[in-house]
Amino acid sequence: MLWSLFFSQLFNGVQLGMLLFLLASGLTLVFGIMNFVNLSHGSFYMLGAYFAAATLAYTGSFLVAGVVGIGGTMVLALAVERLALRRLYARDHLIQVLATLGLIMFFNEAVRMIWGSQPLFTAQPAWASGSISLGGLNYPTYRLLIIGAGIAVALGSYLLIHRTRIGMLVRASSTHPEVVAALGVNARQLNTLLFSVGAGLAALAGWLVGPIVSVQSGMGDTVLILALVVIVIGGIGSIRGAFFASLMVGLVDTFGRAYMPQLLRGFLERTVADAAGPALASMLIYLFMAVVLALKPGGLFPVKR
Amino acid sequence: MFPETFHWRSPRIWLVLLLLAGLLLMPVASAALGTSFYLSFATRVVIYAIAATGLNLLLGYGGLVSMGHSLFVGLGAYVVGISSFHGLTNGWVQLAITMGLTTVVATLTGLVSLRTRGIGFIMITLAFGQMFYFLAVSLKQYGGDDGLQVEQRSVFEPLPSLDNKVALYYIALGVLVLLMYAVWRTVHGRLGYVLRGFHANERRMLAAGFPQLRYQIVAYVASALPCAVAGMLLANLTSFASPSYLSWQASGDLILIAVLGGMGTVIGPLIGSIVLLVLEETVSKMTEHWMIVLGPVILLVALLSSQGLWGALLQRTRARAPSGGDRS
Amino acid sequence: MSALLSVNGLVKRFGGLTATDHFNLELPRGELHALIGPNGAGKTTVMSQLTGELRSDAGQIVFDGQVIGGWPAPRRALSGIARSYQITQLLKGFSVLENVMMMVQARLGHSFRMWKPVLREDALTRPAHEALARVGLADRAHDDVMALAHGEHRQLELAMALAMQPRLLLLDEPLAGMSQAESATMIELLQQLKRQYTILLVEHDMQAVFSLADRITVLVYGKPIACAAPDAIQSDPAVQRAYLGEA
Repeated sequence: MLWSLFFSQLFNGVQLGMLLFLLASGLTLVFGIMNFVNLSHGSFYMLGAYFAAATLAYTGSFLVAGVVGIGGTMVLALAVERLALRRLYARDHLIQVLATLGLIMFFNEAVRMIWGSQPLFTAQPAWASGSISLGGLNYPTYRLLIIGAGIAVALGSYLLIHRTRIGMLVRASSTHPEVVAALGVNARQLNTLLFSVGAGLAALAGWLVGPIVSVQSGMGDTVLILALVVIVIGGIGSIRGAFFASLMVGLVDTFGRAYMPQLLRGFLERTVADAAGPALASMLIYLFMAVVLALKPGGLFPVKR
Repeated sequence: MFPETFHWRSPRIWLVLLLLAGLLLMPVASAALGTSFYLSFATRVVIYAIAATGLNLLLGYGGLVSMGHSLFVGLGAYVVGISSFHGLTNGWVQLAITMGLTTVVATLTGLVSLRTRGIGFIMITLAFGQMFYFLAVSLKQYGGDDGLQVEQRSVFEPLPSLDNKVALYYIALGVLVLLMYAVWRTVHGRLGYVLRGFHANERRMLAAGFPQLRYQIVAYVASALPCAVAGMLLANLTSFASPSYLSWQASGDLILIAVLGGMGTVIGPLIGSIVLLVLEETVSKMTEHWMIVLGPVILLVALLSSQGLWGALLQRTRARAPSGGDRS
Repeated sequence: MSALLSVNGLVKRFGGLTATDHFNLELPRGELHALIGPNGAGKTTVMSQLTGELRSDAGQIVFDGQVIGGWPAPRRALSGIARSYQITQLLKGFSVLENVMMMVQARLGHSFRMWKPVLREDALTRPAHEALARVGLADRAHDDVMALAHGEHRQLELAMALAMQPRLLLLDEPLAGMSQAESATMIELLQQLKRQYTILLVEHDMQAVFSLADRITVLVYGKPIACAAPDAIQSDPAVQRAYLGEA
């Protein structure tokens, strides 16, 4: 009984980690290579969820919803990049923070105007609902799907970055952007590509997460902060760092929430433990981040320039 | 950017004096209009200006972008709230607790945050802000998510009671003026120069022999204290301490105010506060979806300028006057 | 009299590239030692390791009897090592005078004073004015530092280094980008500084090098290939090969 709780929490932690990885991988590339503080990344996650949920309601097909969710968001991201964000690459980080904050505000309000303040309901696809028996533990199939998607993206990005020419350019850009520019590569196109791929990954996460969370205005904000913690822990610009940090953060957060009250009950009065438990659990990943940074300011896998 | 210098005949001085006069007379105007709304609104403007002036020391002069300073505002507010909850209403004691607690928290978070640079610093200050936000939300016996009602306002003997809106306003204004003076002196003094020096060229300053962390920590703590005082005043104004005071959106507001008014200028944050709050108020009266207007406005501000309103004014008037950076 | 600066077996690698390959130097007090070599030889890299801006991978640096290899840059600066930069590193947004005053301020007690305006502190302004006068920039004291011409920037770099009251001056191409007239003035200035300070000079201007240097070290691909008096260097076949053999 205890073990099945442990294992289900383990899987939950990995699942959260995979979701975070989908968000963090795009984010860390944009931060690390383009040196661009893009806080509106969470908005792409939200837009992916909304577009997918709306499409699912209209067509009934989960996969079509995914295509529209990801594609629509990428198109929107491209437009935003072209019109506004492109001019900010050379500017102060502060200005980038402000501009992307403005975008968050805009998108949060826009979805509220279009779809209302109430959360949008979206369902798991029939072929992925139910649960699978894993050695005595019944675990939801859908969540396994998410884990699978995360691993697929991780593998895919590894292959892309280490085995293709584009990937080589991306890697080179992260440590020696001037050299890449000198080689005649169109930095602008590379940046736009990176930006839209990042947005696409965020939208992918949003599409997948729709059935298991509330699709509502502002849903991207808390997730964004988690993703930021992940990339700081992992090392800004490092996809490998994002992968391991996502897993760590996912596990720490999940286990923390599951076991903290019990842990505290061991040496605190019950009411205090029950009150303090969730508090400490929420703060846990930030404490974790603070400890990592105190020891390794560049993150676990710092990208050396 | 040079710190502003005083030229008694400069038109800028007249603008500043006009502004101060307007602020001093605000209660009179509000009384004449028959409603206390404008007075409360003006008090909010002043309180935000206090917090933004504090942040500006770190952000505008030091060049360190902290996305977590609302944490200190919340700290001050909750000290008032929790003290009042337990029957402690002596304002001076609350102030001492706030100052002490803020110094400790700022030093600890600062020591960790200042190990990073650039984007890392922004992220980690944001994350610390979130940490304390969740801490506030989790304080179930102090209201949790809903926030904490402040039953009794702080008592600052021998100052008049803060239940009197006019008194609260003038006290806040007094704090702001004193703070602005202190910031002005600081940026013209050694500490201010070191801070601005590191912002201008870190490599050079290290090569000169300045120990960076020491000075930046002091600046970090010094920028946090006014935010905490602003939080105390805010809790007394609204009779409420809410986790939303610690949200990252609130931190973003502070940054926006500083940038809008002009970072690296002493009066910029006040100007930014006036402009932003008035803008928010007027747009929200026009539509409940005011954020959809404000968002692009912020984006535009970011795209078009980096000097802020006062900074741009400074630039123009300085360009006309002959170079005279030595007169203080 | 022992050397002021003693460098042994300094090595610096960047990934697969060995930028500094067992660099040695004995610098007696009062000597002006020139460090020359083709472009990319690693002269600035050596400078940066001496100031502490780069950590060496191997080797020992002894300054005035103390091993300073592990010291961070600010500590070395306060112990008497000052540097002027090849690419000017000025404090933008400050005046010329303020740039120099900042260098003075670093050594003058702590900077936690908040009340007294810096520009009214004689202890800061007087030495700064002196340093500016020394390099010939006295009349530009109150100008914005970005309003200066390139040659004046190089003069300011020197003034800032002097304001630190160093014992060891590391000058990285002080004549870079200067006109004939400007160079002549700077060379004369360096002549005046010669006995007062111990100087390590990195320069491409050979005329300046040969007229100023007591001894010269030639660096090729990070490796010192010769260290001798100017005459000996001029006639050294290895040196000639290094300079002429290169494209």
